[in-house]
Formats: sequence, structure tokens, C-alpha cells
Amino acid sequence: MDEVAAHVVTALTGDLDHGFTVLYDAYRGAVFSTALRLCGRWAEAEDLSAEAFLRAYRALTGYDTDRIGELRPRAWLLTILMNLWRNSLRSAARKPPPGPLDAAPDPADPAEGVEAAAARHETGRELAGLLAGLPEAQRAAVVLRHVADLPVAEIATVLAMPEGTVKSHISRGLARLRTMHTKGAPDAF
Amino acid sequence: MRSDVPDPLHDPLHDPLAGELAALASDAPGTLLDRIVARRVQVPAPLGQVRVAFTDHGVAYLRAGLDKEEFTAAFRQRFARPLLPADRPPAGLLPALRDGRLGALPLDLRGLSDFEAAVLRAAAAIPRGQTRPYAWVARQAGRPKAVRAVGTALGRNPVPLLIPCHRVTRSDGAVGQYIFGAGAKERLLRQENVNLDEVAALAAGGVYFLGSDTTRIVCYPTCADARRITPAHRQGFRTLDAARAAGYRPCHHCRPGLTA
Repeated sequence: MDEVAAHVVTALTGDLDHGFTVLYDAYRGAVFSTALRLCGRWAEAEDLSAEAFLRAYRALTGYDTDRIGELRPRAWLLTILMNLWRNSLRSAARKPPPGPLDAAPDPADPAEGVEAAAARHETGRELAGLLAGLPEAQRAAVVLRHVADLPVAEIATVLAMPEGTVKSHISRGLARLRTMHTKGAPDAF
Repeated sequence: MRSDVPDPLHDPLHDPLAGELAALASDAPGTLLDRIVARRVQVPAPLGQVRVAFTDHGVAYLRAGLDKEEFTAAFRQRFARPLLPADRPPAGLLPALRDGRLGALPLDLRGLSDFEAAVLRAAAAIPRGQTRPYAWVARQAGRPKAVRAVGTALGRNPVPLLIPCHRVTRSDGAVGQYIFGAGAKERLLRQENVNLDEVAALAAGGVYFLGSDTTRIVCYPTCADARRITPAHRQGFRTLDAARAAGYRPCHHCRPGLTA
């Protein structure tokens, strides 16, 4: 287990409510980034992340010390998020199609020039839109690998599939993103 | 067939697409935590110090006589949500407790049944310094026969004092049960200048409604309009039907005549 995970698990075995804040601070970025790039909408990503953390807390209230000690907290949290996302896709399929993608506000980096920031923003928006066009499994694998920066073995745990399948989803997903990008604009990645 | 091109999985630094994807990572918005957790404070209230938990929706829980650990455990048991210390009470909480009026203070009543919510809404409408019988609340909540269930729902009131369930009393003049005990209920009502002795004396004499023979309007005895009736014009009634038979109509403020 990595140091962050060990720290989180130790905190969770003490006072649960304080431990929860340690868990939240360690993984809020991974959970929110994954939610945002999976569902593509800021408000929906907030709902999904809040629900995932709340469900995690509710599960933790029923776990004993041994069960908490065995937790791989990041993979566990992202598994909860993934299940919520899949459920939301299923219920969304029964509803009318949503409106256009929200523009997710990108925090400005003061060290970055105006033109560079604008270019990055444009590429980011385009790429975020393209991600929405990937099939579910490829999108999940690409987002977990390259946005949330998880190792392949951990993604295999989160998605409950063999590592070989994860790798193939990632490379097919990336290939498809390149193709879509080339079709949409002349300058390839 | 093996390729000499570096595998982007193992060499993300040299793959511009992987770089662009990594740039899509984003920290969670600062408001996210308070959509998940509740906050707790300890504040002064008419009965002494109380502990209060609130969420981004409003005040969710208020209890007296519990230490921090007991309050947290009770909150977790009921709401299954993390509870963290707050820097300050939510705006409007202290005046609401001091004045016995909710004002614009939002409450978070998620997790209550429709009936419980209806009972609490009815209780919330009872003005400071007045009382209503359990049967009145049952009628207001749309289930006139569910008088006992009203008592149960009020006993589970997550936010006593803020939703003044202490203003729901027995029609025989006794104050009835309360989350913080019958003694506390009586002290609260006396602090609000409810004349419990007069109400009990009237009830002992079989009087549960007061009317004015000048306006021909009949009220609950603690209604502000009933308290303005001068003794010379005051008429007591055992039932609303008796008042109606004598030509009185129910007050529009305390609404003794509401039927479901």
C-alpha cells in the first residue's frame, strides 16, 4: 500500500468522522476529475462525487477495524463512483437527452501566458467533448488511466476486469480519440 | 507485429494526447465537502446549551443534554452523515432560538416521512405564547384520527425549539410529553407567557373554547384573540358544536374549526 493510502486507513480506524476528512482530502481530486470527465457536466459531477463519498461513509460506519485495515481506499472509492455512474447512465437512457455540455471552468495558472491558456482551454474543451463519444468501457479506462493517473492494476480492480482487457480498452480508446480528433480538426495530437 | 513506436501507456510524457488528458484533471470545488458532511455547534437556548447540526440545506438536528460524543453518535445513527465542527452557527439560528420564531432560518427536513413532515409543518405554524391540542395537529396534517401518531411524530422532532412541538398540549389542560421532559415543556410555555394555570382551570370547569359575545367568534383559550376578550364578554364552551349552536363561528387565526 502507498503512503497516502496507509495514512488514510490509519485515520479511518481512529475517529471515523475525522478519518473521513482525511479520506476526502486525499482523493477528492481523483474522484471529482473522474466524475467530471466521465459524465462531462460540472453539476452532475458534483452530484456524483458527493453521492460517492456519502455512500463510502455509510459503508464505513458498518465496517470493523479489520475490514477498514484491508481497504485499498482509492480503488474502493472509485469503484463506488463507477457503479453510481453506470446507474446514472441507465436511468439517463430512460430520460430525454440532456442539453449541450457545460463549459467546465478551468482554473487559471498565473505562470501560463494568455495565449497558451486559451489554447489549452480550447484543446481541453474539445478533448472533454470527444471523451463523451467513447464507448463506456473505453471512456472509463482512459479516464482512470490518464486523467486520474491510476496504474493499470488498480484500474483492473475498479472495473473488475483483467489487466489485459484494461490495456486494450485504453489503447483502443486513445486510438479512437486520435481518429475523432483528426476528423474534427487538422492538427493531430 | 511489434512496433518501434513507444507505447503511450509506458511513455505518457512523449504522447501529447496523454498530456492533454492529464490536464483535464481538476480539483474538487470548495463547496463539495459541505454537500456531504454536516456541521455541529453548541449554542445557548431557552433551556440552556443545546447542540445543533446543520447541512447546506439547513438545520437538521437539535438536542439538549448530550455531550459531543453522544450527540455525534445520535446524529450518525439517525442521518448516516459525517459530522464536523463548524466555525460559527448558521445565520439566523441564535435569533430563532432566542425569539422562538424561525424567521428565514432554513431547516433540512429530508429523511422524514410525509406524515412526519406534515405534523412538523403544522406545529411550526403555532405562534409563540399559544398552544394547540394534538387533535388540531392531526387535522392540520390531514389525518384527523391519527392523534397518537402525532404524539409519536412530535417525539421524533429533529429540531425541537425551532419547530415548537412544545406548543402542542393535551386538551385537558395538562402539557403532555416532550422530548426534553414534561417539566421542560412547562418551563418553556411559562417563559412564553402561556397562562397554563388559567388553561387548566378552564379545562377543569369543562371549558375548552372561549368566545366573545360581541364578535361571536370562538377561539382556543391561548389564541391572541381570545386573550383580548374582556371578562364581561367572555363565553366558555365545552365543544365547538356547542359554540356553533350558540351562533359563534370559529376564529380564522387559531382555526379551531378546521376539518380535514
